[in-house]
Amino acid sequence: MIKKLFTVLALVASSAAMAAGGHAVHLDKAPIDLTDKESLQRGARMFQNYCLGCHQMQYQRYSRTFRDLGIPDDVGMATLGFTANKVGDHIKNAAPKADLANWFGAAPPDLTNVARVRGPDWIYTYLRTFYVDPSRPFGVNNEVFPLVGMPHVLQELQGIPYKATETRLVDGVPTEVDVGIKTDGSGELSTEEYDRAVADLVNYLEYVGEPSKLESHSLGVKVLIFLGIFFIFAFLLKKEYWRDVH
Amino acid sequence: MFKNFMSWIEYRMPFMEKMNLHVMQYPAPKNFNFWYFFGSLAMLVLVNQILTGIWLTMNFVPTAEGAFASVEYIMRDVDYGWLLRYMHSTGASAFFVVVYLHMLRGMMYGSYQKPRELLWIFGMLIFLVLMAEAFMGYLLPWGQMSFWGAQVIISIFGVIPVIGDDLTLWIRGDYVISGATLNRFFALHVIALPLVLVVLVFLHIIALHEVGSNNPDGIDVKRPNDGQKIEDNVSDKFTFHEYFTKGGKKIIVDAIPFHPYYTVKDIVGVVGFLFIFCFVIFFAPEGGGFFLEPPNFEPANPMKTPEHIAPVWYFTPFYAILRAVPDQLFGAIFMFLAIIFLALLPWLDRCPVRSVRYRSNLHKANLVMFCISFVVLGVLGVLPATPTYTLLAQIFSFTYFAYFGLLWFYSKNEKTKPLPVRLS
Repeated sequence: MIKKLFTVLALVASSAAMAAGGHAVHLDKAPIDLTDKESLQRGARMFQNYCLGCHQMQYQRYSRTFRDLGIPDDVGMATLGFTANKVGDHIKNAAPKADLANWFGAAPPDLTNVARVRGPDWIYTYLRTFYVDPSRPFGVNNEVFPLVGMPHVLQELQGIPYKATETRLVDGVPTEVDVGIKTDGSGELSTEEYDRAVADLVNYLEYVGEPSKLESHSLGVKVLIFLGIFFIFAFLLKKEYWRDVH
Repeated sequence: MFKNFMSWIEYRMPFMEKMNLHVMQYPAPKNFNFWYFFGSLAMLVLVNQILTGIWLTMNFVPTAEGAFASVEYIMRDVDYGWLLRYMHSTGASAFFVVVYLHMLRGMMYGSYQKPRELLWIFGMLIFLVLMAEAFMGYLLPWGQMSFWGAQVIISIFGVIPVIGDDLTLWIRGDYVISGATLNRFFALHVIALPLVLVVLVFLHIIALHEVGSNNPDGIDVKRPNDGQKIEDNVSDKFTFHEYFTKGGKKIIVDAIPFHPYYTVKDIVGVVGFLFIFCFVIFFAPEGGGFFLEPPNFEPANPMKTPEHIAPVWYFTPFYAILRAVPDQLFGAIFMFLAIIFLALLPWLDRCPVRSVRYRSNLHKANLVMFCISFVVLGVLGVLPATPTYTLLAQIFSFTYFAYFGLLWFYSKNEKTKPLPVRLS
């Protein structure tokens, strides 16, 4: 048992060290805005078109998404709800789960909470840092998630991304230096449009991670204002009573 | 009509009599400061946890298959479920914040000293049960950190010689953490431990009211009545229950009735606390990843270890002590001792002066060092155990324990300042 505990602790220590190493990749700040309903709607469309084939949002209902994004149920069902029988269904797919795990090496994770697990910046950077790597089964690798099993699903939008290098003088020696990911331009979108599309998707994922967030913020402001006013009265009441003591 | 009703009750059950004894005619020292808010705040948080807990239970499914999904159901489909859940999860952290500050108050003003030893022991028992309660509650959402955190903490029991393996098996109810563990933790979390907690809180308050509240000056407000008139005594204005004056044998000095004076004052503390509490609930419910850890938004997966397992922040000072000791068994022993020594404070501190205000500079420095050690250990317990951090954890574990050793050593003949006669 002592050995077992030691193993657990060793695992903790080693994986922690890995975690420390893994964070070295710079994450771009995701330009998202939960109040931008159009962005959220575009993000929802992106999710349905590009992600839902493999990934689910098994805890989120279509009806909730429609309500919060300002989409009438019938319009939503006609344009986005193609895996649903009823508007109250969860956002699930019919993909064979066991086969998916075999095809990609790991089961595609549920994405309901992905923005809370990884953070929006991570997803935003992840979806923009695929690059060509012929050694990988799907021909692409990723900068923030090395050796990822997922293919570059958004390639038709971005084009074929590659790791661009430049020859620069480093200490007087010509050296190949990484200058980031570039695309061959074969995609439907320009780099700016692609970044915008990814931001929309991340915005939507952030929303689905915590659909109550906006409501929480607006209620929170009211609660804090109430408490602020209550504090004044509570303080004056205390002062009035304590006159007897002082 | 109302008066008749009350006397009907009173004849059969001394309701007003007990209210007078414990609330309206209970003498509380008049000089309670900021640090004296945390007892009533702990009570408030306890009530919050029980009420929100009841409503969460209505939609929670305590099975390995259903737990995670039911929490998401509460977050998304139950009206204000997210609010109930955040109040409960933030409440857990808030509970430890106020309890740690409450304990520090006791240490600062020597509230554990004679005759308040039993009161302190009940407090320490509350702290222990609270840790068990929080630990078991954290398994229930069945996220990755729930699972792996519980894995680490339960395996600590496994280092006990001879019975260790059987003990962990007994705790888990299975060879691994499973639905059986979740089920029993649910039962203990929602019924057994809250009952114990409420009983202990009751005993804590009964013991408190028997010996009376300490205060920042650490001198008594109930004194033998030698017939001499005490100048400018605010207590003369009020009626206190005869239980405290012992039929005139005792005189009450510089104390005021708990109600209304401390009830109105505690309301100010409560509103101030709620302001911070609600800010976290509504704007930062994850508490920067310390109250709700990001990996816990992923369902428990026994096949996949998270990158970094850290217990929730309120356990990390003790976890850092555990990790600082190279030997697992001794690590567990030291972690346990870290709590035992706190419980032994009434007997380790041999100084007749209670309050830090009138104690030696050595004691002040020692207490400051103890607080620093506790905080640094808490930070280290969150971080990965690199060689540097482990060395730091060893140093601060040493200073943590040194507090108790030094205290025992110097407190016998400590150079203290003269005590005031009256409360400041």
